[in-house]
Amino acid sequence: MPEAPPPATVIPGPAELFAGYLKIGLFGFGGVAAWARRVIVEERHWLTEREYAEVLGLGQVLPGPNVGNAAVMIGRRFHGLSGALLATAGLYCAPFVILVLLCLFYDRYGQLPAVAPVMAGIAAGAAGMVIGTAFKMAGKLKLRAEAVAILLLATLGAAWLGLPLPVIVLVLGPISIAFSLWRAGLIGGTAR
Amino acid sequence: MILQILLTFSILSLVAIGGANAVLPEMHRQLVELHGWLDDATFSQLYALAQAAPGPNILVASVMGWRIAGAGGMAAATFGMLVPAAILAWYVAGLMHRLRGAAWLKPAQGGLVPVAIGLILAAGITMAEASHSHGVMPLIVVAISTLFVWRTNYSPLWVLAGGGVLGAVFLS
Repeated sequence: MPEAPPPATVIPGPAELFAGYLKIGLFGFGGVAAWARRVIVEERHWLTEREYAEVLGLGQVLPGPNVGNAAVMIGRRFHGLSGALLATAGLYCAPFVILVLLCLFYDRYGQLPAVAPVMAGIAAGAAGMVIGTAFKMAGKLKLRAEAVAILLLATLGAAWLGLPLPVIVLVLGPISIAFSLWRAGLIGGTAR
Repeated sequence: MILQILLTFSILSLVAIGGANAVLPEMHRQLVELHGWLDDATFSQLYALAQAAPGPNILVASVMGWRIAGAGGMAAATFGMLVPAAILAWYVAGLMHRLRGAAWLKPAQGGLVPVAIGLILAAGITMAEASHSHGVMPLIVVAISTLFVWRTNYSPLWVLAGGGVLGAVFLS
């Protein structure tokens, strides 16, 4: 794979791991994956673009939220069980507290706080953030032509055809892995 | 009751390939049709409530649990939804670590990358379509935000804050 030499990465301490994931959870309106990449790759340099994409890819095919699975795996990688627990706790604790407050508000007044217009604007900003993140990742990883095709097929299937995500993952995942192994020369002859 | 909630969400946790939005139809089937814990309208309202909070939207399970059985239900649903999948991720990470010398591992893992990015792009497009129900202004915000995040390294907080301000001014 043509790729620039990976920039040096930083190993976060346990407290930094928790703080980083706290930020991801707290700011992750609509698109946690975008914030997770921002914090982990761009701001704190815990992983390279490719390492993060690989962890996320694995998190995607496992059940559960991709970013949640990635938190377990990234936490484990740096600090074992305590790392996995700290990253997971950091990711969920702020949104959970906010959710409890929203529930209490809803119980009391029977409706959500009147912030709908603001939220709609934020949601539009978040949509662009998620799309921009996908473009950015695809660009930096210098995907091969067939990988771009798989990417677009996944998008088409999920966004326009409304196919169930497990179907998309189970159909495109093996095809994409086969292409990747073929490129590496592990199936069908020498490396390309 | 609490045990049943725990069990139901644990099962949902293990079939949730693709996260919260992928598991939503099955969640609806379990909670509304099979158990009758919630009605249709409540289910939709609770989903909207969960969307209003930041963070992974799998926490929609917490809100459902809270509605079904209060604080205990919330705890059981959250625990059930998060823990089985997290344990699985833990063991898979361990397996990957043991296999790290295998020549096929990196390329195989790399093969999942385009699928993951494609699904992120799809999520963004779905969000953009949803925001279009508020008219053209949100689409302009989407376009600016896309370019901003794609082409610069400034914090996305700027576009979220900008979107919020524009929403308050033009949509209320």
